[in-house]
Amino acid sequence: MARRGTPEVNASSMADIAFLLLVFFLVTTTMDVDSGLSRKLPPPIEDNEEKKDIDIKERNVYVVLLNMNNALLVEGREMKIENLKEGAKEFIENPLNNENLPEKKNKDIDFFGNYPVSKGVISLQNDRGTSYKLYLQVQNELIAAYNELRNEKAMQKWGKKFDDLKKIQKKAIKKIYPQRISEAEPKNIGEN
Amino acid sequence: MAKFTKKGKGGTPAISTASLPDIVFMLLFFFMVTTVMRETDLKIKLKLPEATEIKKLEKKSLVSYIYVGKPKKSLQGIYGTEPRIQLNDVFAKVSDIPDYISSERDKRDEKEVPFMTTSLKVDEETKMGIVTDIKQELRKANALKINYSARKKAE
Repeated sequence: MARRGTPEVNASSMADIAFLLLVFFLVTTTMDVDSGLSRKLPPPIEDNEEKKDIDIKERNVYVVLLNMNNALLVEGREMKIENLKEGAKEFIENPLNNENLPEKKNKDIDFFGNYPVSKGVISLQNDRGTSYKLYLQVQNELIAAYNELRNEKAMQKWGKKFDDLKKIQKKAIKKIYPQRISEAEPKNIGEN
Repeated sequence: MAKFTKKGKGGTPAISTASLPDIVFMLLFFFMVTTVMRETDLKIKLKLPEATEIKKLEKKSLVSYIYVGKPKKSLQGIYGTEPRIQLNDVFAKVSDIPDYISSERDKRDEKEVPFMTTSLKVDEETKMGIVTDIKQELRKANALKINYSARKKAE
């Protein structure tokens, strides 16, 4: 006798349905990863705390000024943005122990022993009229200067790039080249 | 001999497509899982500046976004062409930022708050004035970890 089960559902259109959904998700997917320059803002100044000028010697400060016409003034001289990285590197490293470049202080650092660490600070000041594009380029160059120095040191010591080092090694290198970029309190120059 | 000639009568055999739905479903699930639906509708024109030293933002759930730029063409009639701040889906003033930060903090676990980052997505044509104001507000709100969003520079 003919056994009558339920008739089989035609599954050939299953693929089409699945394709339709697939295309929908393909189109809506945005695979962009958010990336950018990470910075840390200085903590807010307490109201009761008197604004005191911290005494830093002039030779220890690398002044970078950006004006509203997007011109760059570094240590009192105009500079092109392409040269900023080299300038900053020379300032931080001070290879010849120049009188006008930052002092060094010997510190005990893992792996390196007693190592002279530069006291240099980069001070970045911008006007309200400066374009954001240029500001970010300058930030980028300054960070690049630090990153290159760290990479060079890592290469010299371990023959590896900074990013490939172990955590404690990274920490030691960071102590040798601490990232010190200070942004001055905003000043109102010109229109509000 | 006859045996062989009989067998080879009908060209290449059809490939079974029975597993096709399975394959497609697998792809489908992959895309479903990786898809992040855009939460905010951009109301501004946003072209991020280029940079080389960029790092990926980790832990997206801990990131809050601030958008700055000129309103889109279609909205310029209402909002003008001056760069404006967009928080979530609405235009905001600089003074709204502390409220925004504290509402973002309320959404997260208390112990995650110190790791929260604010991502500044600023159009490259913006002037620094508005960005400086935002930074000052963020400092006052104690949201000190920030990230200037940028594109990878093509080398």
